Amino acid sequence: MNDKRLISTQTLCSHYNIEISFVDALNKMGLIQIQIIEQNQFVHHDQISDLEKIIRLHNELNMNLEGIDVVFNLLKKERKLRNKLNVLNNRLKLYEND
Amino acid sequence: MAFVDYYKILGISKTATEKEIKSAFRKLARKYHPDLNPDNKKSEIKFKEINEANEVLSHPENRKKYDKFGKDWKHGEEYEAAKAQRQRQRQSQSSQQGYSNEEYSDFFESMFGGGRSSYSQGRNPKYKGQDYNAELHLTLKDVYTTQKQVLTVNGEKIRLTIPAGVENGQVIKIKGKGGLGINAGPNGDLYIKFIIDNQTLFKREGNNLYQNVDLDLYTSILGGEITVDTFSGKVKLKIKPETKNETKVKLKGKGFPIYKKEGKFGDMIITYHLKTPTNLSEQEKELFKKLQKIKAQ
Repeated sequence: MNDKRLISTQTLCSHYNIEISFVDALNKMGLIQIQIIEQNQFVHHDQISDLEKIIRLHNELNMNLEGIDVVFNLLKKERKLRNKLNVLNNRLKLYEND
Repeated sequence: MAFVDYYKILGISKTATEKEIKSAFRKLARKYHPDLNPDNKKSEIKFKEINEANEVLSHPENRKKYDKFGKDWKHGEEYEAAKAQRQRQRQSQSSQQGYSNEEYSDFFESMFGGGRSSYSQGRNPKYKGQDYNAELHLTLKDVYTTQKQVLTVNGEKIRLTIPAGVENGQVIKIKGKGGLGINAGPNGDLYIKFIIDNQTLFKREGNNLYQNVDLDLYTSILGGEITVDTFSGKVKLKIKPETKNETKVKLKGKGFPIYKKEGKFGDMIITYHLKTPTNLSEQEKELFKKLQKIKAQ
C-alpha cells in the first residue's frame, strides 16, 4: 500500500492516544470513513482535521458521538448559510448607492 | 497588566466548590469552544479566558495562591520567589508543551508561569497546529487578472497565486501554513479571506458586471452610436431608435473572468438611463412645442 494519503487506523490510534473501538464507532456513525485495503484499515488524510475536531470535542467537552454528529451537521448547515449570506451580501451591493 | 477576575469569568462565587467550578467551566466551554464557533475571534478569546480561569481555579494549590495574591500579585515574598522559580523553569521547559504562552494572559504568566498546569500534562496527544485566518484586501481591478503575491506569515514568505475572478468574501485554504503542530503533530492551515474593494463604474454579481449608462434624449429617440467602458477597453454600441428608459443590453463575454476557468468570462449588462435635457434655449422650447402640437394632431 503506497498511497501516502491513506493513514492506517493503528497509526492514528497511537498518534492520538485513542482506542481502535473509538475509530470503529466513528466509522459506524458515518463521522469518518474507513477504507479497507488488503485487510488493513485506513483513513484518508483529508479526514484528519475532522478526526481531530471529534477527539477535541469528545475529550474537552465530554461530548458523546451522537452529540458530535449533531454538531457536525449543524456546522455544515451554518457553513452553507454563511456562503449564501456572502453571495446575498455581494448581490445587495448591486442595489446600494443607486 | 490588569488583574483578571477568574471567578467573574466563570460566573461563580469565591466560595464555589470544585464541582461548581467544573460545571461552570464545562457549560461555558460548550458555548465558546473554538470548534463550535469557527472563524469567531470573540469566542476564541472568550474560550482562552475560560480555559485560563479553569486552569487556575480547578487546582487547589493554584486557587489558593490566586486567592492569596491575586489582587496584590505585585507584592509578597512568595510572588518574588515564584517569579525566580518560574524563570528557572522557563529556561528548562521543553518545546513539547501543548499550548503556546500566547494562550494565557500576562496576568496568568506572572502568577503561574508560561506553561500549562498539570491539567493537561498527563495526556500528551499530537495535535494539528492552530489554523490561521488572514484577510487580503484587493481591488476589483486586481482580481480581473490572475495575481501573484508574496505574503509574509509569521516570518515565512508564502507565494500565492490568486486566480482571476475570485469572489468578495471567498476563503481559500493553504495547507500546512498555519501554526506549528503540537507535540510534533501536523502544521495547521492558513485560511485567506479575500476582501474585494470595488471603486469602478461597474457592479459585480458573480461573473456578471452591471453598468448604468446615460443616454441623451435625441440619441434615444433617433438612435445612434455610443462608447462604453469595459474592463477590456472601450466598446462601441449601436443604439436603436426609440430606445426606452431602463432598457437593458447584454454584452456577451465582457463581464468578469470565471474563477479557475481561464479564458471564460461572464457578461456585462448595461442599463440605459435617459437624461432629459435641461436649461433649454427659447429656440429649443419652441421646437419642442412644435413637436408636441404635431404629436397631438
